[in-house]
Amino acid sequence: MNKPLPNSLRSLPDARGRFGDFGGRFVAETLMPLILELEAAYEQAKQDPTFQDEFNYYLTHYVGRPSPLWFAERLTRHLGGAKIYFKRDELNHTGAHKINNCIGQILLARRMGKTRIIAETGAGQHGVATATVAALFGLPCVIYMGATDVERQQPNVFRMKLLGAEIVPVTAGAATLKDAMNEAMRDWVANVRDTFYIIGTAAGPHPYPAMVRDFQSVIGTEARAQMLAAEGRLPDTAIAAIGGGSNAIGLFHAFLDDEVALIGVEAAGRGLESGEHAAALARGRPGVLHGNRTYLLQDADGQITEAHSISAGLDYPGIGPEHAHLHDIGRVSYVAVTDDEALEAFQLCCRTEGIIPALEPSHALAHVAKMAPGLPAEHIILMNLCGRGDKDIFTVAKHLGAKL
Amino acid sequence: MSRIATTFARLGAENRAALITFVEAFDPDRATSAALLNGMAARGADIIEIGMPFTDPMADGPTIQQAGRRALRAGATVAGTLALIREFRSANQTVPLVLMGYLNPILAYGIDDFAADAAEAGVDGVIVVDMPTEESDLLLPALRTHAIDLIRLVAPTTSDQRLPIVLKESSGFVYYVSITGITGTRTASAEDLARDIPRIRRATALPIAVGFGVRTPEQAAIVARHADGAVIASALIDHMAKGLDHDGHASPALIDAVLDDVAALAAAMRAAR
Repeated sequence: MNKPLPNSLRSLPDARGRFGDFGGRFVAETLMPLILELEAAYEQAKQDPTFQDEFNYYLTHYVGRPSPLWFAERLTRHLGGAKIYFKRDELNHTGAHKINNCIGQILLARRMGKTRIIAETGAGQHGVATATVAALFGLPCVIYMGATDVERQQPNVFRMKLLGAEIVPVTAGAATLKDAMNEAMRDWVANVRDTFYIIGTAAGPHPYPAMVRDFQSVIGTEARAQMLAAEGRLPDTAIAAIGGGSNAIGLFHAFLDDEVALIGVEAAGRGLESGEHAAALARGRPGVLHGNRTYLLQDADGQITEAHSISAGLDYPGIGPEHAHLHDIGRVSYVAVTDDEALEAFQLCCRTEGIIPALEPSHALAHVAKMAPGLPAEHIILMNLCGRGDKDIFTVAKHLGAKL
Repeated sequence: MSRIATTFARLGAENRAALITFVEAFDPDRATSAALLNGMAARGADIIEIGMPFTDPMADGPTIQQAGRRALRAGATVAGTLALIREFRSANQTVPLVLMGYLNPILAYGIDDFAADAAEAGVDGVIVVDMPTEESDLLLPALRTHAIDLIRLVAPTTSDQRLPIVLKESSGFVYYVSITGITGTRTASAEDLARDIPRIRRATALPIAVGFGVRTPEQAAIVARHADGAVIASALIDHMAKGLDHDGHASPALIDAVLDDVAALAAAMRAAR
């Protein structure tokens, strides 16, 4: 990784874990010493070349990195405008970008002498990735998952069980990702001494947003070099879907100081005006949840409201604090795409590229499909295809009225 | 002197520890929580903590989570909670009230407005569960302006090196979370307290109250022998929650039964030393 300049957008967060006004460490005192211990351990690991070597070893030989950069030629022709590339993180072991971060965090857990792994999961991709690395290193693993998500993501639930993880369905609230995260934090508070909490997105108390970003930034670092090799220049636009925002910040981070337009795509669910969406930036206000200050879907009294998206992985009422900051300073544009638009893009990708994408990157693709036709042929769009859609075929079938 | 300091000074002179009881505002409805507030003060509570409901109470166990959900369904808001306190305070000027909650509803209300309105309503102290010392500069100046104590949590995981940092700007009392865990689950033993309380005592002159997992008069008495106060929350809420009628309301008899628990706790703590 090239070192960011002092005035670079890539040098955040500050010592308090702040990205501008966002981030921080809003946890109970019970967790605070642990958060500080984690931060110290991570800072030390970051400086240690053997840790980086170990991380790279597993990324190369276990995850299968680097993931290819794919020129989506038929899609480009079909849309008739900008030249579209996919960063194919759906080809990673376990089928999504989530594994990059899990490898990093479990190596850190081992370094810290932790013997038990917990995680939250929404779509189940992070749960599967966590269960995978826990199996790889022989550590017991408990996955908290909203009961609603357990219902709509059965294939991933079974995968996690096959991998030896214990799944705890969470029935509080709407029984989705937010509630799973609450329950995982409660577990952590009760088992602070032996347990490592592998947070799946670039959110939570410092150092998680920075740490998850660092582990995921391999996506953008690779894509940047691959793009230079393929085209001799950087893309004009880089685009990714956003729930908590780990695949997006992973792609964007390498480009923050470049002249590359960056676009994050939130889930507009049944429409931004319907009230049933997961667009924390488009319709939320700054507040504090899950350890960080960020944009949140909330009512006038500061109660967190339920998010909705067809994609379980985007169904979260908040967003990582670095995105909140990049939004406020205008470095990244954030747009929103509805369930229906994502479903259409999902099918388009299947038919034009022979790739069944996850519903999460289908949101990014829906925006690509909107913008590409109006752009010149020399405009290059780089999109993070962050997960594959095998897990979503039941959801998609239901929406298309097909019976499996 | 603040109501909290006055109360601990008086209890010190009487050689007894404070019984600190907990009410979740609007659980299961406004009238019940008002009746509990008034009744607790009458039946021997020395300080009362009032929970401000939040959708995502990350440090709380199932009992307080459900209390919060019932309260939100009953229309609890920060403004409504402050109105409840104002009502209590018009009839009772002595029993200190401590608001306990999470940061986001306070941010949504507005920090300065919150501090001003809470002070005006008669709040004496505030505990913000998800605002550790490192982040408390957000709230501290406004609370100081309005002479509200910021009561800090100290946990078994808080090291000797960290204690002075946590306690530096604390006032009122220290809330010792006696177990690593969520509210209402495990219980600290007498041996745990004999080890932990002196450790905190060495770092502060403030009174120390013990909470999380104190459920019975016997446990409260044990705490009273080691610390300056015992916080009882989940046990009282559990008693009420189990007795709610099929519409989710508390009968006068149920409220009386919960208040009998308060009286029993008060008696046990008075007899403890």
